[in-house]
Amino acid sequence: MSERILEVGNLTVDIPVGNGMLHAVQGVSFHVDKGETLCIVGESGCGKSLTSLAIMDLLPSKAIRNANTLELDGEDILNVPERRMSDIRGNTMGMIFQEPMTSLNPAFTIGNQMVEILKRHRNVSNAEARDRAIYLLEKVGITAAASRLSQYPHQLSGGLRQRVMIAMTLMCGPDLIIADEPTTALDVTIQAQILLLLAELQREFEMGLILITHDLGVVARIADRVAVMYAGEVVEEGTANQVFNRPTHPYTQGLLECIPIPGKTERGKPLGSIPGIVPSLVGRFEACHFADRCPFAMDSCTDGNIALRPANEAGHAYRCLLSPEQCAANAKTKGVA
Amino acid sequence: MLIYAVKRLSVAILVAMTVSLITFSMIYLSGDPAMALAGESASQSDIENIRRVYGYDQPIMVQYFSWLGNALTGNLGHSHYLKTEVSEVIFTRLPVTMTLGACALTFALTLSIPLGVVAAMRPNTLIDRIALTIAVIGQALPSFWFALMMIILFGVTLRWLPITGSDSWMNFIMPSVALGYYITPAVMRLTRAGMLEVLSSDYIRTARAKGLRPSVVLFKHALRNAIIPVVSLAAVQFGFMLGGSIVIETIFAINGLGQLAWESILRADLPMMQAIVLVLSCFYIVLTFLADLLNAFLDPRIRVS
Amino acid sequence: MADGTPIVLSDSPRDGVEPSPSQRLKKRAFSHMGFVIGGIVLLSIFAMAMLAPLIAPHDPYDQQLARKMIPPIWHDSAKASWEFPLGTDQFGRDYLSRLIHGSQISLLIGFAAMLISGVIGTVLGVAAGYFGGKVDMVVNFIITTRLSLPVVLVALAVVSLVGNSLWIVIWVLGLLIWDRFAVVMRSTTQQVRNLDYVAAAQAIGCSTWRIIFSEIMPNIVNNLIVVATVEMAHAIILEAALSFLGLGVQPPAPSWGLMISEGKNHILFDPWLVGIPGVALFVLILSINLLGDGIRDVTAPENRN
Repeated sequence: MSERILEVGNLTVDIPVGNGMLHAVQGVSFHVDKGETLCIVGESGCGKSLTSLAIMDLLPSKAIRNANTLELDGEDILNVPERRMSDIRGNTMGMIFQEPMTSLNPAFTIGNQMVEILKRHRNVSNAEARDRAIYLLEKVGITAAASRLSQYPHQLSGGLRQRVMIAMTLMCGPDLIIADEPTTALDVTIQAQILLLLAELQREFEMGLILITHDLGVVARIADRVAVMYAGEVVEEGTANQVFNRPTHPYTQGLLECIPIPGKTERGKPLGSIPGIVPSLVGRFEACHFADRCPFAMDSCTDGNIALRPANEAGHAYRCLLSPEQCAANAKTKGVA
Repeated sequence: MLIYAVKRLSVAILVAMTVSLITFSMIYLSGDPAMALAGESASQSDIENIRRVYGYDQPIMVQYFSWLGNALTGNLGHSHYLKTEVSEVIFTRLPVTMTLGACALTFALTLSIPLGVVAAMRPNTLIDRIALTIAVIGQALPSFWFALMMIILFGVTLRWLPITGSDSWMNFIMPSVALGYYITPAVMRLTRAGMLEVLSSDYIRTARAKGLRPSVVLFKHALRNAIIPVVSLAAVQFGFMLGGSIVIETIFAINGLGQLAWESILRADLPMMQAIVLVLSCFYIVLTFLADLLNAFLDPRIRVS
Repeated sequence: MADGTPIVLSDSPRDGVEPSPSQRLKKRAFSHMGFVIGGIVLLSIFAMAMLAPLIAPHDPYDQQLARKMIPPIWHDSAKASWEFPLGTDQFGRDYLSRLIHGSQISLLIGFAAMLISGVIGTVLGVAAGYFGGKVDMVVNFIITTRLSLPVVLVALAVVSLVGNSLWIVIWVLGLLIWDRFAVVMRSTTQQVRNLDYVAAAQAIGCSTWRIIFSEIMPNIVNNLIVVATVEMAHAIILEAALSFLGLGVQPPAPSWGLMISEGKNHILFDPWLVGIPGVALFVLILSINLLGDGIRDVTAPENRN
């Protein structure tokens, strides 16, 4: 068995709002191994970004985080003082954000911001830190790296800035990188380049990578394992192969139905869509979260919370009352299996 | 950067020209300046004489340009009342007012910036409410009344501070506070708002995700960006303070430009009034120009483009 | 919702009708402490000014040297009496009656100067924000020029040259303090102008006037009201300062600034002569500012700071 880098057990994030408590993340569990890419997919507001911020302990101050387990490299990072946590952040665990245009400080040069992180965590000279910054800028495909160090963020394009963010995150050689929709704000042509770059670097440096995205095409190309989130819960988890070829949860099936596949999807046939809207997560409700949008909903779906349960293959789990066989049959009729 | 500076400078010069025109035309507000100068008992020939001597018989534009030309060479005219060169008097008084303004600004900034930062770091807490209360009260206190109240308390009742004069640094404490507190609310509010905005920005989240120490996040990454609009405001407010010093200097009998202005107004000493308005306006223009340059230095988006 | 689409989001736990926007606005307003307190105090002062001849116990101009300098009732003095609750001044005039009548002057000057400056500033600001380009450049230049002139000094100089009466003071202040209106209206108009519905109105061929009055104005009116409160307070403070320096409202009018000025000669032994009108001024300015902050918070809760 390979080396475990991150272990998340029963993570919850609650946010007090005007009329009650918003249960944004509800009992999420997953793990990431060395050299593994875990993709967390789901639509906006399903709690995937908050999950990643919860791991980094960067949640907004009013959000309440709870978990049974939160371990990085075997060390408990749930109940550590902020001083120790700040030693970990940027050092063994780095994060890449959605908005490259605003994620770099406009007042300082690229070099300043890259050198700063290494000097914070390692006892190195300025020259050494600069050398590493140049090395990494070249690694992320930036030409004339040395001269870029004296440039300011506003002088770079969005794609270049995101490359800088990636290089900056790599400065300390982290074991785990969390990338929260790193390409959403970029041009479509740049998106693929950045993602493939991330996947390449992840292999080269043998890091764990959590990629948060709603782009299933990307997931299919670079994920080892996939966790599908819906309304604060993981509704299906498994290897990329399992989730894409044998989607079990009705929501996953619905998501896959929405992607056209060249050569496979018939011309003129309408693409799938999932009718309805995501339920409000304010206040407790004891039911399948997907029930009111699910084409296979039964009366028993609203009787109580549904537990995540194993599917037929090892490592594949889903959160539905239907048996794996029924789900497989549903997938067939929808044409996604 | 150079283009930016040149652009700003040319606007500044144009503004200064306009201001000089306005200042010049002030003498015609009272009607005939020669008549005003000669006094009520003057005969018609006296008035004509004065008109010729002071050049009031020339076309207005000729008068303006000769006045402007003199002003540019440092000759701001001759005081009717003090019978001396205006520029001489102004340059002996100017340092006093500048000192007062600088003290007041220092007082205001050392009070308002930390207060604004702390309030932004802990929004909606007790300290935030206290800061806002100070701001609200400060904005409602007329400075001349606040000055008198301080005189009653610290000068008359407690006898801690001298009431009038400008001989020692002790003389400058009350006037600086009276002049400076009035701009504190504006600077504090702007610092707080800027800090709040910056603290919730993506790059602060990045800085925290890098594991940087909270002090580095706050002072390097946040304050540097939040302070940029404060620089412009401080420059503008410093200009306002110099204008407002007329009230404070009069109350505390400080021998500065403000008191000179008040005296000149009472004496109807037109050239002196004109010169003071012109000097203060130009000082303000220079100040905002410098603030623009400082902003460009602080904000690379302006500097490198 | 205009096309009659039913609202899908029906998982709201509350039954019944949601409060309308204006009801919510009212609810927010009346639960905002500053708005309520500021509003009540300002209304009271307004009522006091309106009813001054009826509620003032004495004639504010009635000088009787025999009863001069009676201290207010909280003073431990045999002379203090309920006939003159706030005492009398150095001419034996009832201080309370002067205070009550003085509120008329402050409110009139504040309101009238605010109206004048509001019209000037709004026209300039909206024009600059809406038309942009050259118009914007010119307006910006005018604003910069105006800002570089020291307000107090220019106001004093102009009043001294033109002569002083209540209406001259009002006009001079009104012509000087429009800058904030222009700056704020310009930036708000720029923001609103770039919104889609303005583009839509232009696309369907609405006239410029129509767009400005029916699309732009309703969306900047909240900011306009907020600036109006700030400038009204500003004008009142400036009038008080001018009168304090002897170049505003002339004696024997009971202007609060003038009362402070007249009282300052007795500051050593009778500080209440300065204290009472100052407190009145402070309360008036405070209530206007609280109301203004309240309006800002209530109409734009997302922008509150």
